[in-house]
Amino acid sequence: MSATIDVEALAAASRRRRMRERVLTHLSLILGVAIFALPIWITLIGSTHDTDTIGRGDVPLLPGGEAWNNYAHAWSQGGGGRNTFAVPASTMLWNSFIMAMLIAVGKIAISLLSAFAVVFFAFPLRMVFFWMIFITLMLPVEVRIIPTFQVMTSLSLIDTMTGLTLPLIASATATLLFRQFFLTIPDEYVEAAKIDGAGPLRFFKDVVLPLSATNIAALFVILFIYGWNQYLWPLLMVTDRDLETIIVGLTKMIGIGDTQNEWNLIMTTAVFALLPPVAVVVLMQRWFIKGLTETEK
Amino acid sequence: MRKKVIFRGAALPYLLLLPQMAVTLVFFFWPAGMAVWQSAQREDAFGLSTEFVWFENFTDLFHDPIYLNAAWNTVIFSTSVAALALGAALFLAVQADKQIRGAGLYKTLLIWPYAVAPALAAVLWLFIFHPSIGLVGRAFAAIGITWDFRVNGGQAMTMVIIAAAWKQVSYNFIFFLAGLQSIPASVLEAAAIDGARPMRRFWTVVFPLLSPTAFFLLVVNLVYAFFDTFGVIHALTRGGPGNATETLIYKVYVDGVQNLNFGSSAAQSVVLMIIVIGLTAIQFRYIERRVHY
Repeated sequence: MSATIDVEALAAASRRRRMRERVLTHLSLILGVAIFALPIWITLIGSTHDTDTIGRGDVPLLPGGEAWNNYAHAWSQGGGGRNTFAVPASTMLWNSFIMAMLIAVGKIAISLLSAFAVVFFAFPLRMVFFWMIFITLMLPVEVRIIPTFQVMTSLSLIDTMTGLTLPLIASATATLLFRQFFLTIPDEYVEAAKIDGAGPLRFFKDVVLPLSATNIAALFVILFIYGWNQYLWPLLMVTDRDLETIIVGLTKMIGIGDTQNEWNLIMTTAVFALLPPVAVVVLMQRWFIKGLTETEK
Repeated sequence: MRKKVIFRGAALPYLLLLPQMAVTLVFFFWPAGMAVWQSAQREDAFGLSTEFVWFENFTDLFHDPIYLNAAWNTVIFSTSVAALALGAALFLAVQADKQIRGAGLYKTLLIWPYAVAPALAAVLWLFIFHPSIGLVGRAFAAIGITWDFRVNGGQAMTMVIIAAAWKQVSYNFIFFLAGLQSIPASVLEAAAIDGARPMRRFWTVVFPLLSPTAFFLLVVNLVYAFFDTFGVIHALTRGGPGNATETLIYKVYVDGVQNLNFGSSAAQSVVLMIIVIGLTAIQFRYIERRVHY
């Protein structure tokens, strides 16, 4: 009799403990999500108020009624900082988009070709080329800013989209990833292609490319975000404001010191700058995680 | 490692490699070579003549208190960013790995900050910490804390650390979660049957199995803090107030772009290159080792 009561009591205690653990887990995760979301929430709210409300320092926590005005204004005219004239967000978004696309597509294209050459051919200096590509891993643009800038000047590529994107499309990581993947393509495929009389380019187009589709998609997500988020390079390369990208343009809107900033337009532009890459990550989550964990490992 | 069956072609492989090699030579090797060359030279104040000075730029650098200050800032900044971003990510990954409802949703809500540019992360946090318009900034003022990151160096450093770490948590989270999910359930069950409490199970069973991931992430986070956070500092503090948030990478930019001191800037670039080469070598050695497991 007393034994059954004990068992029930124990079971209840264990249930309570598990319940408590589950609540704690949810609370921690919700707290984490909230800390991640807080800056975005403030920014979204800010983008729906007028300059004065924010400038007064009455931090609003609920949306205001100026959303349409702010977004329309930022989109078509942009907000000016004290020292700079305004560039419409639409122009900056377009520049960022082109830059990100060119970098992502360019990197994938040249990496596919060079990995194909290194894996499927035997030729003198093969390993020398491979190591030359590999070494670029150790020379991120941040490390060689000034000399690269001087090279760009001598090639008169300053203030051009070519100058903005071309130096960033060489990538050891993409080449290494494709090489790794190509090595797993069975030799029988190559043999079969040879027996069928298909040349290397035909093999590349009809076998290698379709097989690489998943890897290309995964890599594209990572590289698009990489391109979109470039900061130092556009900051150096672009003085022509028609070529301004949104991340750099956004920070230029913020005055140093106590200049009167158009905070509502800055926040609106921040939302514009945020939306495309976040959408890519959320919508292509599966590819994104694959790309991230496979390129970096 | 190579394939047994290959294509024949004399010119084709070189043609295929041409675009990659052209970009690599023009934009990587040429500038890197120039950096090394310039690091051994010094221009006079008017830029009229240059003189070959061997390692003088480097010895000057290591005796320059401003440079040493930047190096120290970099150490403080990078270790804080890495510790904060790794700690928070590990905690969240452990929570998200549990069998709970809505795990997928939590995951999505925790990974999106990866897409936020470092400079943009800085701007978002500025809206919160700004002394006159920010939620937290004003709250500090209300409870009597003098908060102004534009004047107080320590506060400026705290802010750039928070903005930089915040953005990196998602990246670490994804890797920790993948690491946790690859731990066989049987191992955990065995530990549970042996009577190990959850905390003990974590530190004696889970964490050691996760340590390769943690080490890999540590290197990645250090590289991130060293090089990718230029945008955070430029957007928030411009290295100021004074030189309180000037890191090595920021100083290369200041000396090269603003002070036009090319010799010193090039020498600093070379020092940074050596650091990246070191970190990359560590990373690859470790990966090599892990492949042999």
